[in-house]
Amino acid sequence: MRSKSFVSIQECTKEDILRILDNAEKFEANPNRRLLEGKVAATLFFEPSTRTRLSFETAVNRLGGRVIGFQDASTTSSSKGETLKDTILMVSNYADLIIMRHYLEGAARYASEVTDVPIINAGDGANQHPSQTMLDLYSIRKTQGKLEDLTITMVGDLKYGRTVHSLIVGMSHFNPMFHFVAPNELRMPDEQKNFCDEHGIRYYEHTAFTEEIINQSDILYMTRVQRERFTDLEEYERVKNVYILKNSMLAHSKDNLRILHPLPRVNEIAYDVDDNPKAYYIQQAHNGLFAREAIICDVLNINV
Amino acid sequence: MSALKNNKELQVAAIENGTVIDHIPPTELFKVATLLELDKVEATITIANNLPSRKCGRKGMIKISDKFFNDDEISRIALVAPNVILNIIRNYEVVEKKRVSLPDELIGLVKCNNPKCITNNEPMPTRFEVIDKEACVIKCHYCERKINKDDIIIK
Repeated sequence: MRSKSFVSIQECTKEDILRILDNAEKFEANPNRRLLEGKVAATLFFEPSTRTRLSFETAVNRLGGRVIGFQDASTTSSSKGETLKDTILMVSNYADLIIMRHYLEGAARYASEVTDVPIINAGDGANQHPSQTMLDLYSIRKTQGKLEDLTITMVGDLKYGRTVHSLIVGMSHFNPMFHFVAPNELRMPDEQKNFCDEHGIRYYEHTAFTEEIINQSDILYMTRVQRERFTDLEEYERVKNVYILKNSMLAHSKDNLRILHPLPRVNEIAYDVDDNPKAYYIQQAHNGLFAREAIICDVLNINV
Repeated sequence: MSALKNNKELQVAAIENGTVIDHIPPTELFKVATLLELDKVEATITIANNLPSRKCGRKGMIKISDKFFNDDEISRIALVAPNVILNIIRNYEVVEKKRVSLPDELIGLVKCNNPKCITNNEPMPTRFEVIDKEACVIKCHYCERKINKDDIIIK
């Protein structure tokens, strides 16, 4: 890597994570600071993602920078067969920072190797989405007052959910305990369980989503169980309503419990949960702005 | 000739100088030849396969005259045939026996199995980290997919 880029959560040390979270806290106190005055950020979205793009572009704007870019690769030269390398080198002539989302896995890593301009990975296929992990960590620390020694229950699609895999890595510095709640077809892969074993992280696997597990948890991290992930549709029909959180299930949960979800939600959190003060998923998305302001300043070596 | 001093009959003609790659599993012989890019070597090459072997039943063997491989070239073989032995021959004598071992990184040798990996969609060399030399498990530097020995596809 030639410049300081933000490509994958695996590369972040505990110190990196804590520094970015501390800076995100400063941005929450004061989001509008002209630290990017005179700088241009490019947002290259080879795959559309409105939520992530708006969050990053808002972050640049609130820092006083300017944004160029595209939100759909079909209008760019990549639809004419231009290589990613050429697109990145071309944009590097104009921008001080490149924020990119790509449908191919490893695209951000490769981009960071061909240019001197810092790259922020805003998602590369099913591989990494490290700014999401950073905002998850920020939300956890903010609601719990700490990251250490927490019990985190992950529910839903634990097989394909990159957010839960990255969160395990991000939390691995802080002695967590995990409950993995998923249908058999979507259970946590061996790779992540081996990672937990290697790092001395305790975890328990469940197929039933019960109040007993919820009542032990500090964080309940819900994810979407998608129909298209199932090879056996009968299995989907059997489990589709099992991993739905209803307000009544929270009656005896801990006071400090907070419910997170990377969004968009479909039906895995019933709407009656929204009014429960333990529901945190909308504020969680708001925290994404502060986390992204902090990440942008971090790769540009700007003191916050 | 000194190589014959132990009275063993040679199954393949001896070479004066060069490299003899021995104990190649018969099914991997041609992959080893490909990995070493022997099609580009102009020296005399003898390839033998299904020779009887006391150690492993049958084996393949490649003799290349006047050719000495560097460690980087040799390490490629470990991908398909981790137990081969390279005999370095000078003046009909084995002057060195080398075992192969995987390097820490494989560049441009292996294809990534993930069709959505950037390396399968851009004109660029692949890059893998060898994460388990014993079991021969590699991990794509770009898409981070792990590939087990049996699923490795040589480019």
